[in-house]
Amino acid sequence: MTELVIVSGKGGTGKTSLVGSLAALSENKVMVDCDVDAADLHLILNNRVQETIEFIGGKGASIVNEKCTNCGICLDYCRFDAIKHESHPENGDEERYWIDKHACEGCAVCVRNCPEQAIDFNEIVSGEWYLSDTPYGPLVHARLGIAQANSGKLVSVLRKQALLLAEQRGLDLILIDGPPGIGCPVIASITGTGYVLVVTEPSMSAMHDMERLLQLTAHFGIPTGICINKCDINPELSSQIEEKARKLNLPVHGRIRHDEAVTRAQLNQKSVVENGDSPAARDIRALWEGVKNAIS
Amino acid sequence: MKIAIASGKGGTGKTTIATNMAVAIAKEGRDVAYVDCDVEEPNGHIFLKPEIKEQYDATVLVPHVDLNKCTLCGDCSAACVFNAIAVLGKTVEVFPSICHSCGGCSDVCPENAIDDIPRTIGHISRGVGMGVQFYEGRLNVGEAISPPVTKALRKLDTNSEVIIIDAPPGTSCPVIEAISGTDYVILVTEPTPFGLNDLKLAVGMVQEIGLPHGIVINRSDIGDGKTEEFCHRQNLDILMTIPFDRRIAEAYSRGEMMSDVNSEYERRFWELYSSIAEKVSP
Repeated sequence: MTELVIVSGKGGTGKTSLVGSLAALSENKVMVDCDVDAADLHLILNNRVQETIEFIGGKGASIVNEKCTNCGICLDYCRFDAIKHESHPENGDEERYWIDKHACEGCAVCVRNCPEQAIDFNEIVSGEWYLSDTPYGPLVHARLGIAQANSGKLVSVLRKQALLLAEQRGLDLILIDGPPGIGCPVIASITGTGYVLVVTEPSMSAMHDMERLLQLTAHFGIPTGICINKCDINPELSSQIEEKARKLNLPVHGRIRHDEAVTRAQLNQKSVVENGDSPAARDIRALWEGVKNAIS
Repeated sequence: MKIAIASGKGGTGKTTIATNMAVAIAKEGRDVAYVDCDVEEPNGHIFLKPEIKEQYDATVLVPHVDLNKCTLCGDCSAACVFNAIAVLGKTVEVFPSICHSCGGCSDVCPENAIDDIPRTIGHISRGVGMGVQFYEGRLNVGEAISPPVTKALRKLDTNSEVIIIDAPPGTSCPVIEAISGTDYVILVTEPTPFGLNDLKLAVGMVQEIGLPHGIVINRSDIGDGKTEEFCHRQNLDILMTIPFDRRIAEAYSRGEMMSDVNSEYERRFWELYSSIAEKVSP
């Protein structure tokens, strides 16, 4: 069984459109959408949610005003500027302390140091995750609550669930749609996978971001290949990407032409390869043959 | 005035709009700063081509255990909710990459054997490019936790009259760190199903933290009308629409400004800024 993860560094290079097509072209697999902040893969996979499970990301502190004596000790201890203090006697408002839940990292330092035990520390539901059926196989996806932390932890939950499903059902491939960037959720999406496919495009920005991502995959020692999307927007930079790949000894699995068919397919809630013939669809089919060989 | 540029979906044009707007404001003779808070993948420098004048380390505090004082009692490990410190055999192991720098371990240590020492996780650069004060945060490759770099960068906030903050994509903690405390958030989207789905999440985010916001629809003619319908239904201000233009996409790929292709855009971005300034302080 192989875990294949599609990432890009820069956002909007076409990860999800490509994963949708690979879902249609590959066999015997489970799909995972690890872009838990902004999950879109289900929009083109015609999914039906079978199970919804709460995600407990961690714990958070909250001040019980009835017990609080406004001593302010918690304020001195908090390193995240999460304790807020309000005192407007001029308005007749009572002085009070409260916790900004977006700033609180759930470290419990204030809870331990409160002399009145006036700070509660409870589990926080910071999102939910789903098991869906699709015509292409099972899909594991999620929705991180708005403005929540712990996206890396949620990614790990999804990957664990996909592995379990693959074992139970004897599936050969775990197809992972990764998030943008190089931080916590990306690291959680790629560590321990069998192959990373980097989707880039011929722009200075995307190349810059790809280079940082390639340093990351090299750092973790994960086999990596490259795919150049919208390759004809700047043919010269596309050649530079290929040159770069040669120097790093990384395969370029495919070049996908800029094609309005990609947006048309999305509007039809379909993958590119299932929405009629188009240059992009042909390029993606060719790409999949190369990737299939690389991961087998 | 602080204006943040954010979006749920990546690649919708945040950096394009942030840099072009900053340059348009500078050309009107205003003192403007551009702050690149996409610290995992900062791209603003490609367009503003700044001359870097200063660089600082962005650091976080991590525990350092003095084993001469340590009695291996394990209180530190029990206090750490992030599992970043553990007693293993006759030593104490610290896992700096997952440490949140809360200070919990040094606080509980009965022997005062734990000190906080700085650890570099990224860099902050300051310079000037195209008449714009330039600030950038850059997370070191391999580091997982980016918000402290953004926090350090935001603390440098300048006295410039206008501060443009380029946020990372998404709706979670790195974005919140970038946009909190700003006067207005521009949400950039494109009129596709993915763009709309992620716009809804981004609107939820700015409403949850209570910041005034408006929408810019980029590549406004590539998809369908559902994004505009959504904006009308939700009473969201559409501040600007930018049609797809292959020449702009090509110029972008080379790291050039939109006004290099079509000089109209300088005026349009100044108008975008003016309309926001009007809303924030009428």
